[in-house]
Amino acid sequence: MKQGPREQGNKGTRDRGTEATGKREGGDDGGCALNESAKLSEAAKTSAAPVRVALPYHLRNVAHVEGDVLLEVNAPVTLRVVLDALESRYPMLRGTIREYETGQRRAFLRFFVCAEDWSLESPDKPLPDAVSSGQEPLLILGAIAGG
Amino acid sequence: MSNVRVLVGTRKGAFILNSDGKRKDWTVSGPFFAGWEIYHMKGSPVDPNRIYVSQTSGWFGQLIQRSDDGGKTWRQPGLPNEAIPAPGPPKALPNRFVYDVSPETGKPLTTHQWYDGTQHPWEFKRVWHVEPSLSDADTVYAGVEDAALFRSTDGGENWQELSGLRGHGTGPQWQPGAGGMGLHTIILDPTDPKRIYIAISAAGAFRTNDGGATWKPINKGLRSEFIPDPNAEVGHCVHHVAMHRSRPDVLFMQKHWDVMRTDDAGENWREVSGNLPTDFGFVIDVHAHEPETVYVVPIKSDSEHFPLGGKLRVYRSRTGGNEWEPLAKGLPEKDCYVNVLRDAMAVDTLDDCGVYFGTTGGQVYASADAGDRWAPIVRDLPAVLSVEVQTLD
Repeated sequence: MKQGPREQGNKGTRDRGTEATGKREGGDDGGCALNESAKLSEAAKTSAAPVRVALPYHLRNVAHVEGDVLLEVNAPVTLRVVLDALESRYPMLRGTIREYETGQRRAFLRFFVCAEDWSLESPDKPLPDAVSSGQEPLLILGAIAGG
Repeated sequence: MSNVRVLVGTRKGAFILNSDGKRKDWTVSGPFFAGWEIYHMKGSPVDPNRIYVSQTSGWFGQLIQRSDDGGKTWRQPGLPNEAIPAPGPPKALPNRFVYDVSPETGKPLTTHQWYDGTQHPWEFKRVWHVEPSLSDADTVYAGVEDAALFRSTDGGENWQELSGLRGHGTGPQWQPGAGGMGLHTIILDPTDPKRIYIAISAAGAFRTNDGGATWKPINKGLRSEFIPDPNAEVGHCVHHVAMHRSRPDVLFMQKHWDVMRTDDAGENWREVSGNLPTDFGFVIDVHAHEPETVYVVPIKSDSEHFPLGGKLRVYRSRTGGNEWEPLAKGLPEKDCYVNVLRDAMAVDTLDDCGVYFGTTGGQVYASADAGDRWAPIVRDLPAVLSVEVQTLD
């Protein structure tokens, strides 16, 4: 595992946890509990929440942003809804997270939500309240691979 | 006095090296797009401040970048450099390289030969080479992996495949080389805008005479050990092809093994490896003012991608091949085990032709006297993938 300094020289860099787990140190798990029955949470049903998305370093550069991206999205808040909103507001990201034609997640990227890997979840599964309410970000991480 | 601008693509970003016509003192700017693989960058002959860049990543896919001010600022063509407040239908589809399978213009051909001999679908991976038009700064060609040729006529905002190449009939016999099945060479004929040469590893060289609608394999005379058929129309691992702009019928080729030459626009090739110590290599280029002066960098073998004996040598022929002389002054005499990749050599057009090449060890060497003497411009860049040079008035 690479242990070198991460994201050197990037203003606005903040803790993203480890790329292996997506866990954020000292994070608050409030609202992270998943709705096992996949029923819409109250927040997801009713709010147009400012969702936070934490992009990997290179995509923050592509999007010309520092820190997390805030997006107003309509409920229900799902991966698909958030990524659609992200690509609409930052069109330079189209094709960098999901394949242009198929909409499939690019192979070396992962989605983490409340320290859980959501990469293989249905893109239409409602995200936890902590994400839809903006307390916790949707983490988009690059896999540890390559040179 | 003229200036030169050397565009260097590396494994971890782009760099621009500037000097005056003496080519002795250099400034280095970059890295641009730090951390990304820059397969190739090239300036428009029509507008030298217009530079196109292939920026690619296994994680994030393919981006095209463009500068309209000589590399001071960059943007993805057709895209804003900031968030847009109101989402709407995209005005352009940048970075979108989609193979044409439409009934009208596309071909139903969707597979090529895989490593195990089975058929495999075409899958876009990256842009290997960008080639700006000789007459229009907004027109640019892109050679991609899996092998196909794309063209943009709006400055890189939208890309369309010239599908006649991929669909001309021999595609199922094309196969990836060790580095993938890339279209890496695009040569535009300055005397005939409808004639284009391209080369693919491992398929071979092709020519169109009608602006890209139809294509012909031009590989007669190539011999490849791994192809049993000595007359195979395709399947050859062409590494690079070069042309002098005054003689568009004459091409020089560095093949996997063998240095080749054609005098009839690719209809027939003959070997001109001559006295080279090894005829394996990747780069080949032609002197800017002497159409019979050719440069290669011999590499030991396809198993050992470094110079013979650890001595880095450029070889120059002043006779259009066969008779080669080593050029060593200023190049490492020992312990040099770098490679020079296929797009990593270029020449300027100053009276004393400058020659440049980059190595996988991160050195960019320059000669201001056609190869007689060399000196490094920089020594410690990331591995160099491509080198182009612009001669600026």
